Parts: sequence; structure tokens; C-alpha cells
Amino acid sequence: MSRPEDTLSADVHYNDSEARKYTTSSRIQNIQASMTHRALELLDLSSPSFILDVGCGSGLSGEILSSLPPEEGGPHVWVGMDVSASMLDVALQRDVEGDLLLADIGQGVPFRAGTFDAAISISAIQWLCNAESSDVSPAGRLSRFFNGLYASLKRGGRAVCQFYPKNDEQKKMITSAAVRAGFGAGLLEDDPETKNVKVYLVLTVGGGNLEGNGGDITGVVKGMDGVDVLDSRHSNRNGKGEIKKGSKAWIIKKKEQMERKGKIVKATSKYTGRKRRVAF
Amino acid sequence: MKVLSLNFLTCAVKACKSSSNSYPLHPKDAELVQDDLEVNAQLLLNLLPRIDWTALSTTATELGFPALPPQAPSVEELQSDEKKLRDLHNLLMETQIMEGKLVCANCGHEYAVREGIANFLLPSHLV
Ligand SMILES: C[S@@+](CC[C@H](N)C(=O)[O-])C[C@H]1O[C@@H](n2cnc3c(N)ncnc32)[C@H](O)[C@@H]1O
Repeated sequence: MSRPEDTLSADVHYNDSEARKYTTSSRIQNIQASMTHRALELLDLSSPSFILDVGCGSGLSGEILSSLPPEEGGPHVWVGMDVSASMLDVALQRDVEGDLLLADIGQGVPFRAGTFDAAISISAIQWLCNAESSDVSPAGRLSRFFNGLYASLKRGGRAVCQFYPKNDEQKKMITSAAVRAGFGAGLLEDDPETKNVKVYLVLTVGGGNLEGNGGDITGVVKGMDGVDVLDSRHSNRNGKGEIKKGSKAWIIKKKEQMERKGKIVKATSKYTGRKRRVAF
Repeated sequence: MKVLSLNFLTCAVKACKSSSNSYPLHPKDAELVQDDLEVNAQLLLNLLPRIDWTALSTTATELGFPALPPQAPSVEELQSDEKKLRDLHNLLMETQIMEGKLVCANCGHEYAVREGIANFLLPSHLV
């Protein structure tokens, strides 16, 4: 099957007619619903939460969050981000309960630190891998997205992103971008090796004292079939890859860490980390 | 755009990340509607510690609501006081900005709100 992700940008592909076709197809409705339920299972939220729906589209995933009964931990309140005005238009017509933002996740996630209990993304983030203009690279867009997502989640929060990687390389590119942003990450594959394979990236924000291992990825996906735990948070400490303390790279890394914690840091410039001469 | 979301949104412009002035965004020419939604008490109690009360007071005043009490209620107060809970629900969840703008006090960028949807798309030089 051809992948629109490879040739078009999302806001062009999801125009008025495509948005309507997408949303009214009962086949798509069913698939999106079952993946949303699977993602909720992985988020494991026990009480009504504030959730970001990344690439919410016409609200097929979001409306499940709003209608979740109390026995299942709901109903949740959500905010959706999507780059396609046509998809959001269909969401409005369907009267979804979530608050909607017209926004490009490749530009970041404009919420203050620790806003959300959790985030969910169904069939959207593979779109970040195509960048059609010269001033944006997929790597830059992925990094802005995951850094922003990381900061917008509360400590101990989780994100589950179901996505359709084009190939293994893309799967790796997305996962490692998440890990670089600070997430603990695990990949879960349902129906692996079939054409219906579904890939879920399960992300955790460390920190905060969580009961047991609930806060860490190894706890979420441990024992599940087909799960690869990827965690490079502890690499980079020793050995070759180490960044020299006090160097510009080191300062930039520290700044990113502070920014993720929601601290306000000075913008990086060509003067960052420059030696100051002693003045006599 | 619910008042709830406004309490968490910041300016998306890159240069504003290092400024405390870029939060909260300030509504301008806002047309409001009031929805009628069921109270989700558990969610409000969960959210309360995360609400920036100073920012919420600013927003409420800017939208023409009567001044909020200077201090946020505690979780216990909210739990035991039905009226406080309703009032908070009304402001955060039921009050929506349908048309207007959200303005950053730091860079002056204006985010348009149409049919309740805020437009956060930025030209690439601001990202
Ligand atoms: C297959 S739809 C899924 C929509 C919804 N999550 C669902 O389950 O029905 C993918 C959505 O991702 C959105 N999307 C793609 N790239 C995006 C980006 N850079 N920023 C925000 N949304 C994006 C598209 O506009 C589209 O609505």
C-alpha cells in the first residue's frame, strides 16, 4: 500500500474530502478505537486525568478518552493538537469534548512544564519523518516534538504513541529521538510479523517517587511479548562518548536538562561556553 | 479554547522560552460562550495543585469575571464545598473563548482563535 506520509505533508493530505472519508469509514473507526483502547491499557490510568492527544485528527481517539466510564478510570479530559484544519473541522462538527489546537507537533508542544498526566498519539508521529522543505529536518522536528512532550508531562507521567514506521530505520530514528529527549522507552508490537502489525512506543518520564516500578518503562512492558526495552539514559556517562565538563556541548546539554525540568534558561548563542578572558 | 487550557498554554515562539513574561497568554477581543458540562469532581481535584492561581486570576479579570479569591482553595476545601467546586468547574471547563486572540506579553505574537480553535502554527523563523 502506498504511504501518503512519503509524498505529502499532513495538512495537504488531510484536506476536507480526505478528512471526511477518513472519519466516516467504519473500518477506520474500528481500528482507531481498538488501538486507542490498547494505548489506554498501556497508560494504566486509574482516575480521571488530563491528557494530550497528539495528532488528534477528527477526534476518533479523543472521544474514547471522554467517554471512558469511571470503572475504567475515566472520564478523562483532553487537549488535542493537529496540523490539519480539515480534520479539526470534522472534529468540531462531531462536537468532540476535547479542546483543539491547530498546531504542528514538529514545532514543539507549547504547554508549561508538568501540564499533563499522560499523552496519547494514534497513527500520527510517523508523519514527523518527512520534512518537505529545506529549513526543517526530520531529526530537528522529532527532537523538538519529544523535548516538548517530555517537558509537558508531569514527573512519573507516561505517553503511548502508536505509529506506522515505514521501515526499521524509521522505527529506530523515532525511538532514539524519544530516548534522547530523556524518556524511558519501550517498543511493543502487537501481531508482529503480520501485515496488521501495530507498533506502540511506550514512554515514561522518570523522577518522582513512584510505588514499585510503576514509573519506569521496564515495569510497564516487562513480561509482555515482543517488547524491546530501549534505554540509553545511562549510557554516555563513561567511555568515548563522554562530553567534557565545561565544554559548549556540556553546557548545551545541561541547558536542555534544565529546560526539560521547566526552568527558564538563556537561549544558546555563539557566545555560549566561550572562555571569558580575565580583565586586568 | 477552554480557560483550563489557557492556564497551561505558553507562547510557542522559540525566543520566548527563556522569558517568564510569555505566560500566561492574554485574551484580546474575546467572545465567550458558556457550555453546559457535567462536573468531573475527581478531575478537578487532580488538577487543582497544577493550576497556576495567579495566572488564572489574571485571565479571569481579563475576561471580565469578578476577581477570584487571592488564594487557591485547598483540595479539602474543594472536596467539601459544592459551590466552590461548581464555580471552578464553570470557569475552567465551561467557559470557552470562541473568537478572538491570545497575545504573548513578551514578543507580542497574536494567536488567533476561531470557532474555539487556537492557531499555534508558527512561521519557521520563529520556531
Ligand atoms: C491517521 S490520522 C489519526 C487521527 C486520530 N489520532 C485518530 O486516531 O483517528 C493522523 C493525524 O496526524 C496529524 N498529523 C500529522 N502530522 C502532524 C504534525 N506535524 N502535527 C500535528 N498533527 C499531525 C494529521 O493531520 C492527522 O489528523
